[in-house]
Amino acid sequence: FRIMAGKVKWVTDIEKSVLINNFEKRGWIQVAENEDWNFYWMSVQTIRNVFSVEAGYRLSDDQIVNHFPNHYELTRKDLMVKNIKRYRKELEKEGSPLAEKDENGKYIYLDFVPVTFMLPADYNLFVEEFRKNPSSTWIMKPCGKAQGKGIFLINKLSQIKKWSRDSKTSSFVSQSSKEAYVISLYINNPLLIGGKKFDLRLYVLVSTYRPLRCYMYKLGFCRFCTVKYTPSTSELDNMFVHLTNVAIQKHGDDYNHIHGGKWTVSNLRLYLESTRGKEVTNKLFDEIHWIIVQSLKAVAPVMNNDKHCFECYGYDIIIDDKLKPWLIEVNASPSLTSSTANDRILKYNLINDTLNIAVPNGEIPDCKWNKSPPKEVLGNYEVLYDEEMAQSDGTERDLRSRPGQSTGVKGSRARDSGKPVLTTWK
Amino acid sequence: AMLDPDRGLSLTIARVVQRLQGSSLHSQLERQARVSLHKPEIKLESLKEDIKDFLKTSGWEKKLQNAVYSELNVFPSACHPAAPPEHIKEPLAYMRKAQGSWEKRILKSLNSMCAELNIPLAQKRPVNEQKELLNKWNEMGTDEPDLSLFRPVYAPKDFLEVLMNLRNPNYENGEQPSFRNHLGLIQVPLKVKDIPELKEDFSELGLNIGQLGIDDSAQVPPEFFENEHVCVGQKVLAEQDSAAAQQYVRQGCPTALRADLWALILNISNQPEDILYYEQLKSNVIQHDLLVDSLIYKDVKLTASNDDYYFVFEDYLYQVLLCFSRDTSVLEHFAYSSATPPKSYIRGKLGMEEYAVFYPPNVNYNSFILSVAPLCFLYHEPSKLYQIFREMYVRFFFRLHSISSHPSGIVSLCLLFETLLQSHLPQLFYHLREIGAQPLRISFKWMVRAFSGYLATDQLLLLWDRILGYNSLEILAVLAAAVFAFRAVNLMEVTSLAAAEAVLADLSTLKVMPLLQIFLFATVT
Repeated sequence: FRIMAGKVKWVTDIEKSVLINNFEKRGWIQVAENEDWNFYWMSVQTIRNVFSVEAGYRLSDDQIVNHFPNHYELTRKDLMVKNIKRYRKELEKEGSPLAEKDENGKYIYLDFVPVTFMLPADYNLFVEEFRKNPSSTWIMKPCGKAQGKGIFLINKLSQIKKWSRDSKTSSFVSQSSKEAYVISLYINNPLLIGGKKFDLRLYVLVSTYRPLRCYMYKLGFCRFCTVKYTPSTSELDNMFVHLTNVAIQKHGDDYNHIHGGKWTVSNLRLYLESTRGKEVTNKLFDEIHWIIVQSLKAVAPVMNNDKHCFECYGYDIIIDDKLKPWLIEVNASPSLTSSTANDRILKYNLINDTLNIAVPNGEIPDCKWNKSPPKEVLGNYEVLYDEEMAQSDGTERDLRSRPGQSTGVKGSRARDSGKPVLTTWK
Repeated sequence: AMLDPDRGLSLTIARVVQRLQGSSLHSQLERQARVSLHKPEIKLESLKEDIKDFLKTSGWEKKLQNAVYSELNVFPSACHPAAPPEHIKEPLAYMRKAQGSWEKRILKSLNSMCAELNIPLAQKRPVNEQKELLNKWNEMGTDEPDLSLFRPVYAPKDFLEVLMNLRNPNYENGEQPSFRNHLGLIQVPLKVKDIPELKEDFSELGLNIGQLGIDDSAQVPPEFFENEHVCVGQKVLAEQDSAAAQQYVRQGCPTALRADLWALILNISNQPEDILYYEQLKSNVIQHDLLVDSLIYKDVKLTASNDDYYFVFEDYLYQVLLCFSRDTSVLEHFAYSSATPPKSYIRGKLGMEEYAVFYPPNVNYNSFILSVAPLCFLYHEPSKLYQIFREMYVRFFFRLHSISSHPSGIVSLCLLFETLLQSHLPQLFYHLREIGAQPLRISFKWMVRAFSGYLATDQLLLLWDRILGYNSLEILAVLAAAVFAFRAVNLMEVTSLAAAEAVLADLSTLKVMPLLQIFLFATVT
């Protein structure tokens, strides 16, 4: 019995054709922000306003937005690390085998974020770590920026004097969050293909955090640097060697507008299977899925699981030459700009599949629905982790206590064939 | 005069023995035999048998078998002992003549480019340039030399024109206008196979036999075929048996085993002397600058750099191709190729043999750049990549660029394609011809590149598995026909060549094995 037979009314403050074409193809109606809307695809600035205490915004049952109110717990570099560290400590306290450490004190299953410190707050801790390995390279990233802006590499303490001075001279400095930086151990042994560094961009859709339900987009891609990789200290300033962001690379001399320096994940898989073997390749992809789910579990307790919200994240992952994946960061607003024709198609389909899951049947939503779409609408998404399913199988408990088992989690191996196989996690 | 089989066999044996004598395998076997004398199981009374047994159990006999098998695969069967060398290259005189004219034309074009640009065909590189090149050997892709004045020596369609104009002067087709003479572009009466013969030859692709590319898809549980096939593959590799590997890959290679299986079939083991040979080639590249280097550079930039799959490997392509163009061991294959390499001399050393530079057999790199690129998905060690490519070239790909009567030569492939289409999709063929869209005009570029750059890489590799497995390029013609069959409905509706090209522009979503299987085994004839 349909109560509301009307068309979905949409608003967006992001003028991107991949979005607008998708709304229009569903026959949805564009309205203004101050009118009655059902679906608002917001920029991160807007979500801040909508959910701010002052705004007093109350969303009604038939309104859906594309961000969680405090997504920054996952998508700000410093908060992500903080939450993961907290999560690990909690597991350790509980005595969970997931938090097991090796003889060097490193987490066996949860060491997927490079050693990271907040600056200026953790400056002294950082110096201690730096001195253990004075020839190491570290990467400085501003907490609140994107697209590679403001990032630089250092290999000498003198290069970050600024943050020490502030930290020493004041006991409590309230830094505006814009000037806060994280400093992470730079992964100077990335896996190279054709001699070039690359990273992975994977899209993950979260429809609810408690219970956690998330989907992985099968069509992720690799972003290659246009310049050969070298760890040589003389090239630390050359961002074309080190930063894979398209926003940076596209200004390089060798940037190509046909392929945009991008490879599909299936190409990567083919290459790795052919040159390294199937087992290690499967293990790598399993680990990638694992770290994504762990990162979501880490922030789930602090996330405002507002039922009006869903979110499509852009995960950035780097694989090192030992085939270990590292989580670099999570983006709340992954770029919807298309750098090539293939790109446009990919992003168009991404939004299409996202909308099919978030707004069932393309009809006016009811945020109270169970957020459990039928398998047929997933499109290119695969279920990554469904906490409810896992619990109903009685294996959620097992996951925490016996990580060695192949659990009943509806995991996925993001093969192009889309074969939904049980992930053999740990 | 027909050669009687026994005579042919002994000639073949003699030839193989002659080729293997003095090879590094020969000296290794000798060394092994000598070393074995110290072993307790080798007894003086039964010396010969004991050494033979030893060579068998230590795997050396297998290596010899693989080498013999390789020779048999590569070289054509013996012909009459009185036949002149040209007949081994190419038995048909008119084909030899056509190839000769084509080569002259290419050389003329190269020479005039040299004169125009005032660049020699070959010259020694100044020392500082040598140093520079050595430094950026691994990233030649970042160079930006001015290549605007270089033009490709010929385009695929130029080559097709030459093939279309081939005529056998001894052939009189009389009054009867057979369909073959009139409808297609190729007008020479070479013998090509029909579908019943192809079904026999490619019997392992039949409907009841498991295939990778079909029976490993998402819907099929791996227990049905895939797992068993992988096990068999591992056994074949453990045995190091070339012949078994060649038979095995007819059903496709598991991705993780492919690199090793291909190396086994091509008999590439990457010995220290092979690596040394590659390094020598590299130093030749550093020391001498060839005109073709610029042509290679330009062609890589035009093709692989813009390709969604291959752009990552751009730098490897320069390394492989620049070395290839200086590799005189490739000249050996000219004994059985209809082509003859143009020869030039380093500037100022005219007539001095040690300064002779042989031009690579095909200066239209466009086509064979794309035949190197897929190999980069399998081999990332430069000297191994090089050897695999070189062997693929001298076994298969050279036939796509020279005019010959060989069943895997491009002329036969074109004729096979046209014949298959005419016989089994006559309506389509007739329609396309009527609207000025001769099918070969579209499929030629696919075949001449062995479909590289047109298919998705995983599909291409499955196709090339079968090229290796059947030791023949005929499958390229069959696939081309199968693609037309697949898109027949849309093609029947087009009314121009451009529209037909558009229907067939994007092959990147095709799955080759189902197409081949349906065309060969499931089409009502």
